[in-house]
Parts: sequence; structure tokens; C-alpha cells
Amino acid sequence: MSDLEQFRAETRAWLEANCPEEMRQPLKSQADHCWGGRKWQFQSEAQKVWMERMADKGWTAPQWPKEYGGGGLSPEQAEVLSEEMKRINARTPVSNFGFWMLGPALLKFGSEELKRQHLPPICRGEIRWCQGYSEPNAGSDLASLQTRAEDKGDHFLVNGQKIWTSYADKADWIFCLVRTDPNATKHNGISFALFDMESEGVSTRPIELISGESPFCETFFDDVKVDKNQIVGELNRGWDVAKYLLTHERNNIGGEPPGFLKGRALGPLAAEHVGTEHGKLADSALRADIARLEIDQMAFQALVGKIREEAEAGQGVGAQSAVLKYYGTELNKRRYEVMMDALGAEGLEWESERTMGGLYAREWLRSKGNSIEGGTSEVMLGIVSKRLLGLPDA
Amino acid sequence: MKLNDEQQMLQDSVARLMADKGPVSHLRELRDRNDEKGYDEPLWHAMVESGLTGILVPEEHGGIGFGLVGAGLVAREIGRNLSVTPFLSTAVLGATALAAGGSAEQQQKWLPAIAEGSVITALAVDDGAKHRPEAIKTEAKAAGDGVTLSGGKLLVLDAHVADLLLVAARQGENTALFLVDPKAQGVSIERTRMVDDRNAARVTLDNVAAEPMADGAAALAAALRAGRAVLAAELSGLAREAFERTLQYLKERKQFGRLIGTFQALQHRAALLMGEVSMSDALAMQALDACDRNADDAEVQVLAAKAKAARTALLAGQEAVQMHGGIGMTDEFDIGFFLKRARAGGETLGDANYCADRFAALRDY
Ligand SMILES: Cc1cc2nc3c(=O)[nH]c(=O)nc-3n(C[C@H](O)[C@H](O)[C@H](O)COP(=O)(O)OP(=O)(O)OC[C@H]3O[C@@H](n4cnc5c(N)ncnc54)[C@H](O)[C@@H]3O)c2cc1C
Ligand SMILES: Cc1cc2nc3c(=O)[nH]c(=O)nc-3n(C[C@H](O)[C@H](O)[C@H](O)COP(=O)(O)OP(=O)(O)OC[C@H]3O[C@@H](n4cnc5c(N)ncnc54)[C@H](O)[C@@H]3O)c2cc1C
Repeated sequence: MSDLEQFRAETRAWLEANCPEEMRQPLKSQADHCWGGRKWQFQSEAQKVWMERMADKGWTAPQWPKEYGGGGLSPEQAEVLSEEMKRINARTPVSNFGFWMLGPALLKFGSEELKRQHLPPICRGEIRWCQGYSEPNAGSDLASLQTRAEDKGDHFLVNGQKIWTSYADKADWIFCLVRTDPNATKHNGISFALFDMESEGVSTRPIELISGESPFCETFFDDVKVDKNQIVGELNRGWDVAKYLLTHERNNIGGEPPGFLKGRALGPLAAEHVGTEHGKLADSALRADIARLEIDQMAFQALVGKIREEAEAGQGVGAQSAVLKYYGTELNKRRYEVMMDALGAEGLEWESERTMGGLYAREWLRSKGNSIEGGTSEVMLGIVSKRLLGLPDA
Repeated sequence: MKLNDEQQMLQDSVARLMADKGPVSHLRELRDRNDEKGYDEPLWHAMVESGLTGILVPEEHGGIGFGLVGAGLVAREIGRNLSVTPFLSTAVLGATALAAGGSAEQQQKWLPAIAEGSVITALAVDDGAKHRPEAIKTEAKAAGDGVTLSGGKLLVLDAHVADLLLVAARQGENTALFLVDPKAQGVSIERTRMVDDRNAARVTLDNVAAEPMADGAAALAAALRAGRAVLAAELSGLAREAFERTLQYLKERKQFGRLIGTFQALQHRAALLMGEVSMSDALAMQALDACDRNADDAEVQVLAAKAKAARTALLAGQEAVQMHGGIGMTDEFDIGFFLKRARAGGETLGDANYCADRFAALRDY
């Protein structure tokens, strides 16, 4: 048996023994997802046990080094773990912005001290993070951000406002872009700061979305004290960290179709609602739309596979992440449009138990944010045309 | 799906071969002199020499049995250069049909000949303007100890120069391929000049003596699958070339005192086109590989790949002409050839709508 086969066998046995039955059921609502953090209320004992067991193995962050609480797995081993988890439908034990955004940035740019301070609590699901990038006047043009951090000798004093801060009211810590040199050119005076959301002077106000949910907030900083050692990377070089992190964020938004409906094939779903004639969907235009969408999705997945292979061969994902983000999110939006076409009146229900509280409509609406968050579709096309196609600036 | 070393070498050498020996200018020359054979003979000889005609012929019959990924790599370069060769008709469709459903005798007679480039074969499937192999009208009737075929076929690639016709016909409930000698009595072949200046013909069969294959149904299915997969690769290659030429133009042409590539309206269109081309190409390669691995979903993948590539190639052709402005509309400029071939290649062996319809059927909706 090869090492990898051995690893698979052990992993399978361990998962069988340790993944609670309840954690092998599909998510029924947003609340079933375990976000972790100081304020987290576990939905069940099983959710808690599952997170803790996985954290003990380091498998909440399989590829991070062991010394920081990760699993120390190779990419191949991580793939095996992921396959074995899928095999039994095991849920992700815990996940939040700490894992897919801050972690990779800390590993690349953070000091040893910062890594030791912040990575293990992420792995154990103890600290939940949020992302303080966007401001009312700095969206696509992120580098024009105005939140200030003034050097007060032994600390920084942060003043300003962020907006669209996902889960700011539920998170424990924030990674935040602040201007530390107001006289430098716009990309050069930004730093990447970390601080506790319970610090004095931090307040949040939830914003309600078109989906009726309030996952994000306006976030205000009023004379917030930030330790000087909580800057990731060099002072005034935070833009490099920010960009690196965005690449990871984009891969994540683009890679997996989010939502609870991802496992449901559209053909059978449509058949339930529009019926069939001679073995084909009764609505032939809808049938054509579904086929075209599924073909485009297959093509996208083929490209994702190819880009991943190239990345593993050392070429890195780089600006290709903009391609993935663009198509991943646009296809996801299309998928929800077709789904709503297929569902008809049932898809419009906003509260019924039948629809799990209007999940279809809410997820459909939520998907519209995919092509905005983490950099808009238009911004992605701009990156592709400049960085991949070498087209000149105006 | 990653190319192995052999495939990588093949790709590199074929890219050189096609660019040197089968460039777009040859297509123009063949057209302008209304060439009798209608294909690039020196190129074909070079392909024979490189073993490419035997790429799908099993080794025991003198080929190199390289598999469909290999054939796809060749087709991709054919697409990029719009090379005019009987590669699809003979090395792909003919070789695949015979290898999949020919009797031992038929294989011995034809496969080595295909590999050594001494024959050209033509697959005759469509008996209407649209590809509908499930509803073939051409009939095979028992006659003595053989069969005779009657019917009419369209879009038969390379028929007027073919040494062998492989004709799809209905025999009772079954549809199968039959071998027909193009010189046999009752066969008439009308070469039809098509928009892409490739060889195609209408073939009329009037009680023509035909030879059944060992498994003519399997031969037809295999040929259609291989042909569509290889066409998907060709169309993806074509789309990439049209895109790259256009991208280059955006970096050269000035209007309003600046390069037109600085206009965001064009930048975004170019970016979208690159994405579509990359996806089409990745899916085509994945589908070819699925065929070689005999994967359960190979058929679904091939249908998806052909549908995607047909649309992408047309999109690329249209966008290329548009972004070139007036010059893109001229015959003197090559870009129009890509648009023309996109239309014809997309139609061949099932257009995007046909493939999507079959795709949906296989996925039970
Ligand atoms: C669901 C959701 C969650 C989010 N979570 C977070 C979070 O946790 N933390 C955080 O910091 N931010 C978050 N954001 C904010 C997000 O990053 C911004 O909304 C995004 O960057 C766009 O900025 P904006 O909203 O100011 O739009 P604007 O930048 O004002 O854009 C408006 C429109 O103009 C277009 N546009 C802008 N510039 C150009 C250009 N150069 N060329 C062509 N078109 C252009 C845009 O594409 C868009 O269509 C979230 C957003 C959403 C929707
Ligand atoms: C069939 C035909 C008939 C014609 N008949 C006549 C006629 O009778 N009389 C006559 O004078 N002319 C005629 N023309 C010429 C026609 O008006 C020009 O071709 C047209 O104005 C485009 O100019 P161009 O070809 O130089 O393309 P370019 O201006 O070089 O355009 C190339 C590409 O860049 C794009 N582009 C250019 N500027 C911008 C911008 N600012 N923002 C975004 N995109 C931009 C264009 O849309 C195009 O896609 C004819 C052209 C054709 C094709």
C-alpha cells in the first residue's frame, strides 16, 4: 500500500469513528453552518463534538503547519481528506473568514509572534474573524480608503468607518485596512491591522439585505486603540497583504457554488414543477436553458481543474483567480435564475415551512452579491484584460 | 487532465508542422484556384510522414494508436491554422468506424491503408439539412446475400475524393454504417462548395450495392463520438486563434488618438472571449480524455464539449470581425475565414442545439 492509500484508509476509519451521524446530514439552513467564535451558540452537542475532534486532529485547517494548530497535510493528503469527508457527507466542522482569508495572509506575511497568537485559536474555532476593507467611499477603488490609524507612540489610534463588513456584529476580531501614512500615494500608506472587536470605540450597525437577512454591518471606529505589534507585514505595505488575501477570497467565492441547493440537479427539480411530455421537460425553452447552463458549468469546472493543475505545477493561480471569480459567480447567478424559473410560484414563497423559510428566494437574492463581494465582475474583467491580456491603460 | 510527455511532444511538433505546412494562406490559395482535390496535398503527405494519419489506427494495423487526446491535439492546430486536410474524414471518422465495427477483413483492407495515407474515406450520415442520426431515412434493403442502399446524403466531407464511403442507413429498427464504393453503380457525388471552402458533397444512392460491417451500429456510434470530440478541439483551436489575432489588433489599431485596446468596452469583451475560449478548450480536452479512459460519462462530456465549442467558435468569429471594424469584413483579410469555418464546423455532426438536446436527454430531462 502506498503512503497515500495508507493515509486514506486511516482517514476513512477515523472519520467513521468520529464523525457524529448528525454531522453527516445536509445543511438545512444557514444556522446549521458552524462559524465558531466566542459568541457561537452550538446548534447541538454533535456540532460541538465534531468541531473539537477535528480541531484536535488539526483538520479544521488541514494544510496549515502543525505548530500553528493545522494538520500539516500535503496537498494530496488534503485532497484525500476532502474526498473522504465528501464520501460520508461530513459537514465542514467550522469555517469563517479566519480560515479562508486571514490565515493564508498571516502564513505568508505575518511575524512568528502573530502566527502563534492568531492561528491556533482560528483552528480551534475559538475566534471568529471579519474583514474590514470596504468603506462608503472606497469600494472597487479600495485603495482610496480613509480610515485613519495615527501613531501614538506605543499604539495606533484608529478612527473611521467601514461598510458591508460581513458578520461584524458576530465576529471577535477584525482584519482591517487602515491608512497609516496620509501623505504617501494612495497604495503606499495603507497598513493591515488586527484588533479585537470588543475594543473600546468599536460599534456595529447591521444592514438588512434584499434577502431579508442581515449578514453585514456598518462598522464604526472611534478612537480605537490598536497595539503596534498587530500590523501584518510591513507598516505602510498593507496593500500587498490585502491583494494577496483577495486572491484567496476570490478563489473561495469562485470555486464552490455556495448555498444549500448546490447538490440539487436542476433537471429533476424542474420536472417536479413543469412536468414532462414524452420523457422530456414539458417546457422546452426551460429545458434548453438548463442544458446550456449545465454545459457551461461543466466547461467552467474543466477550466478550474486545469488552472488548479497549473497552480500545483508551480505556475500559481495569480490573476487567473479573476477568471475563476468572474465565471464562478456569474454562473452561480445564472443557476439561481434558472432555478427560480423552474420553481414558479413555490420559489416566490418567503416564509413557508415548505420552502424552509423562503430559502429559494432568499438564496436567489443572496447570489446577486457574489459578483459584487470580493471585487465586482467588472473589476475582475479589468484585471483579466490588464494582467492576463496585457491591454494598455487608457 | 494533464498531457503526458508523449502528448506534450506531439502537441509541440504538430503545432510546428501545421504552422509551417498548413497555414491559412493555403486555404486561400486552394480556394482561389478552385483546386480540384480541394485539400492541401503537400500538407497531407507531411502528415502521413509524421504518422498522423494513423493516430487512431491500432498498432496491429500499422497505426500508432495514440488515442483521441492525440487526435484532439492535432485538430486543435488544424483549427488554429485552418489547415485543409482530410484528417477528420479519414484519420478520425474512417479509422474510428472501421476499428470499432469493421470485420477482420475490412479492418485489414482499410486500416493500414488509412495509416499509410493511401486512401481517403468519407462518412455519410445526414440525409437532411440537419444532423439527425436517430432518424436516418436512407434505407438498406436485403438483396441476394448483400444489401443495397437508397437515399441522399448531405455534408459528406471529402466525398468527391474518397476511396470509400461509410454510409449510415436504416435496416428495420437499426441504424448502422455500410461500406460503399464511391465508384459503384448508382452512386452520384456532387461536390458542394461550402462557406468554409472545405470539401463537402451531396451523395445520392440509388440501389447501390453495399457491404455490411461486423457491427455497423457500433461503428456509427464510435465515429460520431470521436468526430464530435475532435471537432470540439478543432473549434476551440480556431476560437483561440481568432481571439489572439483580435487581441493583437487591439494593441495595434489607433482611433481617437489612442489604441483601441484602451477602451474598456473592448477590454471587457476581449476578457470574456478569453474566458470562453479557455473553458471551451479545457472541456474539449477533458472530453477527449474521458473517451480514451472509457469513462461512464464520456458521451455526456463529448456532447457538452461539442456544444460549447460550436458556440464559442461562433462567438469568437463574430467578435473578431466586429473588433476589427471595417477591415474585418474584407475578403482580403484572413479573419473572416475563422468565422466561416466556425459556422461549418459547428454544424458538422450536430450543432450546439442538437448536442444540448442529446445532453439533456442523457441526463433525463
Ligand atoms: C454580500 C456582500 C458581502 C460583503 N462583505 C464584505 C466584507 O466582509 N468586508 C468588506 O470589506 N467588504 C465587503 N463587501 C463589500 C464589497 O467588497 C464591495 O461592495 C465591492 O468591492 C464593490 O464596492 P461598492 O459596493 O462600493 O461598489 P462600487 O465600487 O461603487 O461599484 C458600483 C458599480 O460600478 C462598477 N465599477 C466600479 N469601478 C469600475 C471600473 N473601474 N470599471 C468598470 N466598472 C466599475 C462596479 O463593478 C459596480 O457595478 C461585501 C459586499 C457584498 C455584496
Ligand atoms: C459593409 C460596410 C459598408 C461601409 N460603407 C461605408 C460608406 O458607404 N461610406 C463610408 O464612409 N464608410 C463606410 N464604411 C466604413 C465604416 O463606417 C467604418 O468601417 C466604421 O466607421 C468603423 O471604422 P473602422 O473600420 O476604421 O474601425 P475602427 O474604428 O478601427 O474600429 C475597430 C473596433 O474598435 C471599436 N472602437 C473604436 N472606437 C471605439 C471607442 N471609442 N470605444 C469603444 N470601441 C471603439 C469599434 O467599435 C470596432 O469594434 C463601411 C463599412 C462596412 C463594413
